[in-house]
This record gives sequence, structure tokens and C-alpha cells, in this order.
Amino acid sequence: MFTLEYLMGFVATAIINGTPLLFGAVGEILTEKSGNLNLGIPGIMYIGGISGIIGGFLYEHACETAGITPIPILCIIVALLASLLGSTLIALVYSFLTITLKANQNVVGLALTTLGVGLGDFYGGSLLSFFGKDGSIYLEATSKAFKEKIPFLSDSLGLFGQTFFSFGFLVYVAVIIAVIVHFFLKKTRVGLNLRAVGENPATADAAGINVNLYKYLATCIGGAIAGLGGLYFVMDYSVGGWTNGGFGDRGWLAIAIVIFALWRPNTAILSSYIFGGLYVASSYIMGLSGSEKEIIKMLPYIVTIIVLVFVSARKKREHQPPASLGLSYFREER
Amino acid sequence: MNNVAIELRGITKCFGSVVANSNVNLKVYKGEILSLLGENGSGKTTLMNMISGIYHPDQGHILVNGKEVVINSPHDAFEYKIGMIHQHFKLVDLFSAAENVVLGLDGEGRFKLDEIEKQVLEISNKYGFNIDPKKKIYDMSVSEKQTVEIIKVLYRGADILILDEPTAVLTPQETQKLFDILRRMRADGKAIIIITHKLHEVLELSDKVAVLRRGEYIGTVNTAEATEESLTEMMVGKKVELNINRPEPVNPTERLRVMNIDCKNRDGVKLLDNVSFSVNAGEILGIAGIAGSGQRELLEAIAGLQKLDSGSIIYNNPKTGAEEELRDKSPLQIRELGVRLSFVPEDRLGMGLVGNMGVVDNMMLRSYRRGKSIFLERKGPTELANRIIQELEVVTPSAETPVRRLSGGNVQKVLLGREISSSPTLLMAAYPVRGLDINSSYLIYDLLNEQKKKGVAVIFVGEDLDVLIDLCDKILVIGGGCVSDVIDARSTTKNEIGYLMTNTKKGRRASDE
Amino acid sequence: MNNAEKKPRTKREPLIYITKRSDLSLKKSLLIRAAVILGGILCCAIITMLLTGVNPINVFGSIINGSFGTPGKLWNLLQAAAILLGISVAVTPAFKMRFWNTGAEGQVLIGMLASVACMFYLKDSMPSFVTIIIMLVASTVAGALWAGIPGFFKAIWNTNETLFTLMMNYVAMQLVSFFLLFWDPSHGYLNPLNSDTKNGWLPTLFGRKQLIIILIVAVITALVYVYLKRSKQGYEISVVGESENTARYIGINVKKVVIRTVLISGALCGVMGWLLVSGNSHTVSTTLVGGNGFTAIMVSWMSKFNPIIMVFSSLLVCFLQRGAGQIASDLGTEMPGASNIGDVLTGIMILFVVASEFFVSYDVHFRRRTEKADKEVEKNVHA
Repeated sequence: MFTLEYLMGFVATAIINGTPLLFGAVGEILTEKSGNLNLGIPGIMYIGGISGIIGGFLYEHACETAGITPIPILCIIVALLASLLGSTLIALVYSFLTITLKANQNVVGLALTTLGVGLGDFYGGSLLSFFGKDGSIYLEATSKAFKEKIPFLSDSLGLFGQTFFSFGFLVYVAVIIAVIVHFFLKKTRVGLNLRAVGENPATADAAGINVNLYKYLATCIGGAIAGLGGLYFVMDYSVGGWTNGGFGDRGWLAIAIVIFALWRPNTAILSSYIFGGLYVASSYIMGLSGSEKEIIKMLPYIVTIIVLVFVSARKKREHQPPASLGLSYFREER
Repeated sequence: MNNVAIELRGITKCFGSVVANSNVNLKVYKGEILSLLGENGSGKTTLMNMISGIYHPDQGHILVNGKEVVINSPHDAFEYKIGMIHQHFKLVDLFSAAENVVLGLDGEGRFKLDEIEKQVLEISNKYGFNIDPKKKIYDMSVSEKQTVEIIKVLYRGADILILDEPTAVLTPQETQKLFDILRRMRADGKAIIIITHKLHEVLELSDKVAVLRRGEYIGTVNTAEATEESLTEMMVGKKVELNINRPEPVNPTERLRVMNIDCKNRDGVKLLDNVSFSVNAGEILGIAGIAGSGQRELLEAIAGLQKLDSGSIIYNNPKTGAEEELRDKSPLQIRELGVRLSFVPEDRLGMGLVGNMGVVDNMMLRSYRRGKSIFLERKGPTELANRIIQELEVVTPSAETPVRRLSGGNVQKVLLGREISSSPTLLMAAYPVRGLDINSSYLIYDLLNEQKKKGVAVIFVGEDLDVLIDLCDKILVIGGGCVSDVIDARSTTKNEIGYLMTNTKKGRRASDE
Repeated sequence: MNNAEKKPRTKREPLIYITKRSDLSLKKSLLIRAAVILGGILCCAIITMLLTGVNPINVFGSIINGSFGTPGKLWNLLQAAAILLGISVAVTPAFKMRFWNTGAEGQVLIGMLASVACMFYLKDSMPSFVTIIIMLVASTVAGALWAGIPGFFKAIWNTNETLFTLMMNYVAMQLVSFFLLFWDPSHGYLNPLNSDTKNGWLPTLFGRKQLIIILIVAVITALVYVYLKRSKQGYEISVVGESENTARYIGINVKKVVIRTVLISGALCGVMGWLLVSGNSHTVSTTLVGGNGFTAIMVSWMSKFNPIIMVFSSLLVCFLQRGAGQIASDLGTEMPGASNIGDVLTGIMILFVVASEFFVSYDVHFRRRTEKADKEVEKNVHA
């Protein structure tokens, strides 16, 4: 039953399912390190996905009208830029409201999630109708470009190559970004300053750090990274299509991973794959009834809760959420 | 060559209608230690905050190395090589010493922590610190944290160092070590300003002393020409006659006895150190001391809000004659014992009252539990609120207006009025006239005297020595968590109290060594 | 040591600075808020126009038609508003205490599940009103439990309640999925239970199914209003929420109040779950709460935790959503995605209201160092 192929197949699926989570988690970690608890991440991921779809669609549509074949690299560039633009804009709205206007972070985040999901599903359903078309979106060329395998490695290394080098490039980008963010937070001055902003903004301020600028940048860049998770989901996972609600609760799962990984981007890589694995594990374990599968799907959340409780009980300083998480910073000037 | 490191000319700063600094002039030379001396609220910290970029002066000029500068932020201050070591450390607990030292500095994007650690050790060795650059702040003692703060400003190349009450949190041994370090820095050509209340430290360490009193600049003298007496007089000024009425105590009997109480903070520093005293019914006991010497902890310990490590607090119930132990009891348990304790805390809107509630709702804080009903009884509190508003002449649009919108004096009337209304047998008031105008202050004195005449034991924590001398019967002087002495208010002088405040047993022990 | 060589620049003082307002007249603050709501509605209309191409007059026409067009539409609007209001009121006690409960969605859902389980197993073995009472008790306990677990850990270990309650939502959803598949292994779908006997169904009053829901929510709203404003426990909640220091000063056991309040809040969410099942759906699915749990948090917040204001806030939100629904059905297959405009408009409206709080609580100043300002300083110094 459990052959090596079967196991490798599971690992590959876990990675595919874990990748959107990894983008979301790393984006949220970067954001939370600045003290902003962005509960708008699920909405931002939706926006990242739909913006990519819109960009890709406009490009493919233009090519179609002009009667030329879409160029793969342009497909990628257009969709990528559109996605980054969309998610950064939403993150900017969050930043403006919570940092400049000092609005409550939870409320703004939840409102943005509502807004983002609404906008995503709106365009997902209506984009074609703007161009007088019926049916549902299917971006063949763009999706194909995003799913392109690594040419040499994927078929020369046997099963290993098939498992680990057959993904679209965004899977590797996710890992690279996670490693870069890890390195950035640990080893650079700016990363150190950012962590100080999230821990103790008053101290950071006194040390001459521009607290608001750091918060803005971390939140917007974090949003852009999270948006890529949405882009990966629509272009690679859903093969260039859009289903209303298809993204599901992945955005919240990404926030769960932030806790599970104890706010560490490097730990988030494996955590995302584990969560991705748990997300699909039910289909890979033989002989489970439908209801038992749902219990397995509950595991990521249960595990996260246990980690959250355990960490708060042990009170180890390094494992706590950033100390100023959820609070807005205000220095009264007289 | 011009040797003036920093010069202040005519600096004035107001907060609303309160003048914090008025026309202050100050000059500090390179290779010199200047002490900035003054009582609480004399404007020392405000002045220094203007140099370090936290506040902007309303008027006046700041000159660094002879050139006029505008300092908008702490970052600007660094650029002018000014470094401030705040009383409350500005460190990130989760970071190591070295990480805190480089925080906020520009430089190459990637930094090598081990190199910075090496540089920290270099500075450390140069001036004789003893610090492990890898150690996390949350594992450090207070004195280690202070060391990190000092290294932080040195690492930034500060030539002008400002230390805000650096010895307040240190043991005598640690203080001596700090002074050695400061002397070494002076020899290195740095200009150092040290804010302090402790006269013996001023005399021991500094070259010059500048004195502020109530925001006014009194003058600068050479330490060599100063004595403790002359400095105390500059600091406290001449005795001002206040004409506060002081009735004679009638039949004083002991109401509260505090015996050998101790308490420590989280870092293990003693906040109260073997404190013993007693309070009599029909008397006002004043408590004098530099801010943060343990006054707050003492009152909160009596009110059941501060856990004690040892000692005992005995209350003599005038009705039953029973002696009750108050230590380790919650405020509610103390109440249930029949102890009629009223407490006007220092933090009026953060503790004594709820700022967003009106006068009526604030009256209910003490009384809402009354009765068996699950609903609030609002009639009594409304009557009480209206009575207090009327009798104490509280200026408020209505009894429902949030009290945070009232002026400081009116807030205090509401709080004190409520606390008195429960006819206490023991009344504790912490800084009840702070920030109040003259008329409101006298009203508060009258209220306290009225309670005294009724046979209430009153504890009055104050900062204005003139008031303490004129209002109280006895004055307990506290310093560094220890009782310096309990003196008779009728025969003492301002200088005596000032001397006791600034020469605590701890401090004296240190300078004797 | 590093940047010591950098030359100091001449600096100007910042032009704009912000202070906390100490005082703002009621009139002015109401004016700000009214302006913001009008601005929000206008912005919603513009966005709708941009998204759908419908002209603004028609947008308003559709919104009004969708909400009040027929008695049926009006009743549906009222029911939707009542459900949103009920959940908003339910989360309020915890919010007022500054316990950031983001788990209302899950607490309502688990309440629904409990009621449905009762109906599923009891069928018509008992008289309908007994079933209803058993359902009510089960839902209340389930909701209280769902909120109580995070509340308990918050009280003893200060575990982050925002993240904890958020996760609990999805545990609840998976539990619902689990039971649906457990009860119906082939489809995982449950038709309304007892459709024939109506056992466990709330009665239809005056021919309107919605009426009983509206009435019960009105009662809950009134009770919570009285509880928060007039009861001793409500008073304790306000004190703990405003200042834990004051609470300790007057001898309130803060942990006890936290746990008690969170239990009450969760229980009320459970009751709303019961009401949804017994009064409306008679079944459960993971989407039946429909995001109301999250929207309720925002409604409670934008109403400043006042149940009476929540009546209007939830009406406003449902008004926008219903109106958007009407626009969508007007457009029909022309624009299949238009049904989602409701979420977009809700989001925008809430962002507007939240942003307005800034102007209510902060004052923006422009710094001018003029002679007049100098004179003022002068005056103070000599005073």
C-alpha cells in the first residue's frame, strides 16, 4: 500500500498545499514583527490572487485580440506585478488606518478580509462579463507559464527529481523568501530595528528609529508577500481558474502557522508543509470515513491552540508574540 | 579654543498653563561633571528632555560647541553627540546587550554581531565596565541595564552625557562603581550632566552644581565652594509662610502600627526596607521623601494592594478594640474586617477614579456592592455626587460628565470627597494637592483637618516641604525604601527634612565606606 | 562611533503634530460621525457604480428597493438585521472588558450544532416546547464553553485571546463538517429537521416566520443593555475594561470577572445559534452563520459597545447588503459576481466609521511659531 511513490506523492501534495500558506505566514510574520496584527491577511491573499487573474486575463485578452500567442515570460511578469500591486494597496489601506489613524487593528483587519473576499469573488465571477463573455475564467497560457517545471532537474534525478523539482517556480520563491526574511530579521540592522519596533516602539523611537515608517514598510511588504500566496493558488494550484470561496480558510491557516512557527520564518517553511500535509492527509490515509477525515482537517487548528497555550504557560521570552502586537503607537508631541 | 560643550540660553517651556522651565541658562564645559539639583517637579527632567530631542523649547536657544542647533528627535541629538540615559531604561528586553547597543544605528545593512560584541567589550574595558555583550536584558540586574544604556550612548560617540537620577536604583557599591566610571569619562574629555537629589553625591562627584527650583533657574556654583547646607537652601528656598490652620490633636491613640515591613520588586531590589512606624487617631502624619522612595508601595501595602515579603500591619479597631492584621489581605477582605480605610492614590484617573465615567458612577466604585439586588442602586450615589459637587464646589457641566474632562482640582475634590464620605477611621492621601491651584489646595487642607478633628488617623504624602511642616503633626522622612526618621513637624526646619531626604541611611552607608 | 562623522543638518520643526483630544462637544462628535456615514454611503455608491457601471441614481434606487421594495423584502431586512444585532450584542460584554473575542462565528456555529444535535436525536420524542428548551440549554452551554476555554487560559496564563478565539472558529467549523458527515455519510448535508412535525421549531407569529426572531433579539438586546448599564456585574465589566488598576483598587477580582463575562458572552452567542436553528434554518452547515460573527465584531466596535446604537448600525450594514443583493439580482446573469458587492460595501462602510474615530479622539495641529504663540508663552510665564 504505502509505496515510496505513494509517500512521495503525498509529500509533493503537502508542499503544493503548504506553499500558499507559507507565503501568507511569512508575510504575516514580517507584519507582526512590526507590532501589527493584520487579520486582513486572508483578504489580502484573495486580492493577490484576483489581481493576478485580472492582470493575466488582460494580457491574454490583448494577445487574443491582436492575434498573437502570449509570451510565457510576459504572462508571468504581468500577473506577478498585478498581484503585487493589488495586495500592496490593500496592505497600504491597513497601514494608513492602523498606523496613521491609529484605528483598532482587529476591526480594520476583519473589515479588510470582508472587503478582500468580496472583491475577489466579485471579479472572479464578473471579469468575463465585462468583455461580453460567458463561462468561467481559465487562463491557459499564464497558468502554463506558472506551472513550468525546472527543465533539467525534474526529469534527470529520478523519483527525487520528480518529487522536488517538478513544481512551478513560485514554490521555490516561497522558500527563498522565507529564508531571506529569516536572514533579514536575524542578521541585518534593519531587521533588528524592525524587531525592536514590534517589541518596544517607545524604545525604538528613542533610539532614533522611524517607528511609523518601519510599520508601514513591514506591513506593505508583508502584504505583498502574502498576496503571492493567493497568486500561487490561482495560477498553479487552480490552473488559472477561479472558484468562489475556493481559497477557503487558508488565510486563517496561514495566521495559525505564524503562531505554530513561533514567529520564525525558517520554522514556517516546514510548518507550512506539515499544515499543507494535514490539510490533505485525510485523502491519503486509507479507510477513513468522511467524518473522520474532517477530524483530521481540524488538527492544524487544535495543534496551533495547544502551541499557543503551551507557549503562554511556559513564558519563555523568545517564544512570545511581539510584545506590542495589536497596539498602536502614539508619541505625544507638545 | 572654545571649551563649552553645550550651552542653554533663556530656555522656557510650558505645558498648557503650567510653566515647567522658565528662562534657564546653563553652560557645561568639556571634561566637566555638572550636577543638576532640584526637588521633585523643579523641571530638571523637562530641561534635559529638551536637550535630548523629546520636547521642543517654547523659547530660548541651545548651542552645541558654540553653534545654535535645533534638536527635533533623539536621532538629531545623537548627531550632535548628545546621549541621554533615562531614569526608565529604554531597552528592548528580548535583545542582548550588543543588539541594544547598535539599535537604530545606520551602517552596513548586514552586521556582524560578534564584531559589535568585541567593540562593546573594548568600550567596556576602556572605562571599566563589567558586562557580557551576549547577555539578554531580561536576565540583567538594574545596574547591568544601566551599564548597557551608558555603553549605548558611548558607542554612538556621545561627547555630552546626561544621566537622569542614575543612582536612584543602585546599591551603594554599584553607585561607587558608576562614579568611578563617570570620573574616567570626565578624564576622557566628556561633558557630563547628572540629575540627582542626593547632596552627598553632588559634593562627592561633580565640579559644578546648577540648581532649579519650581522651574526657575537659581544659579550655578562651584562644588568646591558649596556645602550641604548651602545647597539645601538653594534647592528648597526660604521658608514660605502658608498660614495653614493646624488644630491641636485631641486625645491621640494609636490607630495603625506598621512593623518591619519589606517588599521587593521583580528585579529583587528592595522597595521597602524594614519600615516601621505608627499613626495616631486625630493626627496627620506627613510622609516626605524624594519621589519613588517607596511612598507608593507603603500606602498600597496598607491598602492591601502590595504583597509584602515580611513584617506586619496592625489596625486597632476603635469600635471593637480588636487588633486586626492587614498584611496579605485583599482590599475586600480588609473592608469585611470592618476597617474603614480610605485611600486617595497618587494616580487619580488611573486608579482612584475611572476617567470615562461621570461623578455618579465614580461614587459607586466604593459603594456599588451594597445591597442584595443584582442591580445597581443609583439613588444614593446620585445624592452623594450632588452633595459633593455642591459642598466642595466641583465645577462640572453635570454629574454625568466624564471626570477626565474636569480640571485637576475638581477631579481631586471628587476623589477626596468620595473617600471622606464613607466616614473613614484611617485616611491615606498621596500627593492630594499635586497640580492644584492655591484655592483648591487650601480646600483640600481644610478637608484633611476636618477629618483629623473627627478623630481620623490621616496619612499625608506630600512633596512641598512648606506644606508638610505647616499641616502635619509628625513627619516621617523616607529615603530609598527606608525610614530616615520621624520628626515633630512643629519644631523641624525645611533644611532638616531636605537633609534627611537626600542623605538616606543607604546613601550615608555608601559614603562612609 | 559609526556615524559620528556625519555632519549635523539644520533642522526645522515638524509642521503637523497630533495630540489626544481631552474634550469634544457631543454635538461636534455627532456631526463628525454623521458626516462620515454620509461620506461612506456616497463612497459605496461610487464604488458600486465603478464596479458595475450602473448609474448612481439607479444604485440608490436598487438599494432602497432591495431593502423596502416589498413587505417580504422589508421583513427579510429586519430579520437579517436582527440576527446581526443579536450576535453584535452577544460579543459586547467581552469587548467592553477589552477581551478581543474574534471567535463569535465559531461560538454561534457551535450553538447551532448543539441545537441541531438535539433535534436530530430527540426527533419528536418530546413535546415541541420541551425540545426547544433542551435545545436552548444545549446551545447556551456549548457557546459558553467555546468562549470559556480561551477565557480561562487568558485569565490564568494571559494566553492571547485574539488568536485563540480565531482558531476556535475553525475547530467549530470542522466539528460541524464532522457531524454532518457522521449523520449523512454520503452527502454531508442535512435537510431541515422535523419539517413534517415542526418539533423544535419556533412558532410562526402572525404569519411571519421572522417575527419571533426579531422579538427574541429585541428582548436579548434590552436585557444586555440593562445588564451592562444597570447591573452590578455590568458595572464591574466597565471598571475592568476601563482600568484594571482601578478594579484592583476597589477590590474586584479581575480574573473572576474576566472568566464570568467571557462565559456570558459565549453563552449569548450560543443562544443566537439556537435562535438561528430553531427560528430559521432548522439545520446546520459551516456557512450558515455567513460571516455574521465577524461582521458583528465590527458592528459592536463601531457602535462603541452600546446596544441601542447597534440597532442602527446593524440596520445600516444589512441595508447595504440587501441593497447590493438587489443590484446583483437586477444585473442577473449579466454580471454573475455582483452578489459579492454586499461584502465590499460592508467592508468600506466599516473602514469609514473606524477611520472617523481618529478625528473624534485626536486633534491635528499645525505648528506656527508666530508672535502670537510667543506672546502666549510670555503670558503664561508671567502668570
